[in-house]
Amino acid sequence: MSLVARHLEANGLSTVVIGSARDIVEECGVARFLFTDFPLGNPCGKPWDAAMQRSIAGMGLDLLERAWMPRTTTQAPFHWDDDAWRDNFMRVDESNREALAREGELRRQLQEEMKKER
Amino acid sequence: MDQLRTHRSFISYIDRSREYYAAQGYTKPYEWPHYDNVPFTPLKKPLAQCRVGLITTAGKPKPADQLAAMFSPRALYAQPVNPAPEHLFTDDLFWDKKATHTKDVDSFMPVNRMGEYAASGRIGSISPSFYGVPTDYSQSRTLERYAPQILEWCREDGLDAIVLSAL
Repeated sequence: MSLVARHLEANGLSTVVIGSARDIVEECGVARFLFTDFPLGNPCGKPWDAAMQRSIAGMGLDLLERAWMPRTTTQAPFHWDDDAWRDNFMRVDESNREALAREGELRRQLQEEMKKER
Repeated sequence: MDQLRTHRSFISYIDRSREYYAAQGYTKPYEWPHYDNVPFTPLKKPLAQCRVGLITTAGKPKPADQLAAMFSPRALYAQPVNPAPEHLFTDDLFWDKKATHTKDVDSFMPVNRMGEYAASGRIGSISPSFYGVPTDYSQSRTLERYAPQILEWCREDGLDAIVLSAL
């Protein structure tokens, strides 16, 4: 998505990226970025919360109007209900390390078989 | 201050995904794009006169038929904003399926909210179509195929500014 935003900017169109994966967007580098510190999936506001969504979309419009240089990041002033998702998402620890290794092995076997069938 | 913390608060998805896939035995980590220079185009006129477009990483809803759905690949698409889509396909995307859901399109692409801003005059108008761009492992496919097509659609629709939201 950041690559598309960069292409549009390079061709004379103003863009704002709204997202929750801050490091991925900022490493790539975009003109304007509104960061929502939520679990991945709802960067434009919580589901069914139209007031929050309106506020976040409005902040995106503010950025379009007011940013004067690239790599301008602002952050939406909202918090998720709890912080458990921060540790849980793609967690790797002793409780699942063996299961993850097995999953990876199985997937590679499946991919090998699919290659042979082609 | 509210709190003291020993680590940054926001998640590094670059670190998290690298460690997760390494634990699955994928030894060559994904290489994320990094640029030193960033293009920038200032808005050329007041927002109240601008036509604003929307781009999402979500896909078109899949056909109800399971077999047809299996053979409908992720692809670039443009779809009218009116009527606003009630659902978009996100099952194959990378997002936190335990913590939340994507049943409300406006939680990841503000199509109704932007329509309201057009009605109130905050923006000139909303683009007649929104565009869907697949997240692709291949950066060259995004750069050489998807981005130029999106640019063409933006020009055809007469857009001045674009809001891109990635799940």
